[in-house]
Amino acid sequence: MPWADLVFSVLAHGAAWLTLALLVGIIISLIVGAAPAIREYGLGFLWSTDWDPVQNKYGGLVMIYGTLMTSLIALVIAVPVSFGIALFLTELSPAWLKRPLGTAVELLAAVPSIVYGMWGLLVFGPLLATFVQQPLQGLFSGVPYLGALFSGPPVGIGLLSAGIILAIMIIPFIASVMRDVFEVTPPMLKESAYGLGSTTWEVMFKVVLPYTKTGVVGGIMLGLGRALGETMAVTFVIGNMNQLNSLSLFEAANSITSALANEFAEAGEGLHQASLIYLGLVLFFITFVVLAFSKVLLARLKKGEGSRS
Amino acid sequence: MSSVMEPQGGAAALRGASSALQASRVRMHAKRKRVNAIALTLSLAAMAFGVFWLIWILVETVRLGIGGMSLALFTQMTPPPQAEDGGLANAIFGSVTMVGLATLLGTPIGILAGVYLAEYGQKGWLGSATRFINDILLAAPSIVIGLFIYSVVVARMKSFSGFAGVLALALIVIPVVIRTTENMLTLIPNALREAAYALGTPKWKVIMTVTLKAARAGVITGVLLALARIAGETAPLLFTALSNQFWTSNLGEPMASLPVTIFKFAMSPYENWQKLAWAGVFLITVGVLVLNILARTFLRNKH
Repeated sequence: MPWADLVFSVLAHGAAWLTLALLVGIIISLIVGAAPAIREYGLGFLWSTDWDPVQNKYGGLVMIYGTLMTSLIALVIAVPVSFGIALFLTELSPAWLKRPLGTAVELLAAVPSIVYGMWGLLVFGPLLATFVQQPLQGLFSGVPYLGALFSGPPVGIGLLSAGIILAIMIIPFIASVMRDVFEVTPPMLKESAYGLGSTTWEVMFKVVLPYTKTGVVGGIMLGLGRALGETMAVTFVIGNMNQLNSLSLFEAANSITSALANEFAEAGEGLHQASLIYLGLVLFFITFVVLAFSKVLLARLKKGEGSRS
Repeated sequence: MSSVMEPQGGAAALRGASSALQASRVRMHAKRKRVNAIALTLSLAAMAFGVFWLIWILVETVRLGIGGMSLALFTQMTPPPQAEDGGLANAIFGSVTMVGLATLLGTPIGILAGVYLAEYGQKGWLGSATRFINDILLAAPSIVIGLFIYSVVVARMKSFSGFAGVLALALIVIPVVIRTTENMLTLIPNALREAAYALGTPKWKVIMTVTLKAARAGVITGVLLALARIAGETAPLLFTALSNQFWTSNLGEPMASLPVTIFKFAMSPYENWQKLAWAGVFLITVGVLVLNILARTFLRNKH
């Protein structure tokens, strides 16, 4: 039955082509949709802070800043914690605990983002305000520069809350990549270091980490990609205010994703909608670069592993 | 070290130097052990930190959501603000319909592309390009998928519709299924394929009746994980399916879904809406976690 073979092969090829077409389609549709805004503002859109639907003037800096800042806060928290978790799961944990703890961390990734958002807004935010923001404000109120970072109303909404919740959401992604790459380290390397009398920490930090560093950076990039594109959790807690007057981490702000989630369905056709799609294009471009970088790094680790063994 | 080596120092000096060396070694050792202990304690703390959030979120979801469980939740429509009763029936129905159809639509495409990657295109450029792009789509912001479907479907048809929601969700299913299908198929030993070919079996039959069949558990796991992923997706539905206050089974109209309804209700100041939102969050969390655990045990029993 050669025709059945042919049909099946065409279907499989077609499905692969469809995946490629999907990416091309997304990019083209975003560029076409954003075209009016690109023609109107050019690249100046990226550093203009106007966002005024009434006067029909748009610039994306506020949202871009919000997206980058929340992701940065998330990475600062998530990277060390993920490293600790991966270290625990590969070197410290008793064998019978490895599986349940690994599953628990992975389930953290499975919780839908809307659950994080609602929990962040109604449960975590108020607690953060009372137990973290107010003490921080008391501590830094007189200090120049640092004081400005912690000014503003301590209501548990804003860049800091969004960053912390993003951190919790990306920890499982980074931690599981780190655990996986730590486990590919050849046991001989680790045993040699232990044999010379190294402590667990020294083996981890001076042998395993240098050996796996491309993979670790790849994992961090993967987490960053997630944080940049996360929508619901951020929309709930960031406060959705288009302001950049105060650099405070407690001030309500806006991110690309939350601007899209809040405004897009109501935006009329024309410049407002085109500007929002322009923001989406910027977001897609940034995440594409970050994710592609992560993919290349992880692939390089895999290749090195093959040549060394 | 150098002081130990000097020959003219005499025996006493040598002893003094070696005991100084000894002392510095002990100090160094103590310091290394201390650093190690601190690092390992921090690692333990990080593990506790991770598990702590999971438990906290689950406890709060149950505590605030379980009070909303009632028959009315599943039989009554979403209420207006500050009404006495009401449920989430239309949103639950909309979610089940859209998630179900999206899975039916996305799974075959995902499996076919996964088969292509594992059985046809292990080497060529199309294979590596597809693999690369699929990994990017897997982690790409889901709200961008919503924008894409908005411009190719909603803007053309001039109306939000459940159909557009189904398409957006299906686009999220595809990469998840491709990934797991390929991974599971590459685990199948080549000897199985060769044995089948040696009997004169055509390629399509080898794939359908030997390799895919052997990888069945893994492929089903992938579908369950995809299901769990889209059941909680909100962003791609916001400007495709939109929402609907009423019951509709017409895919040409805007359709309510559980996540979008939760979003709307949770952000509102009305107490009855917030209570329903918590009940909805409870439903989704339980559903998604059960699907995940099911997928895991399914895979473990098979391997």
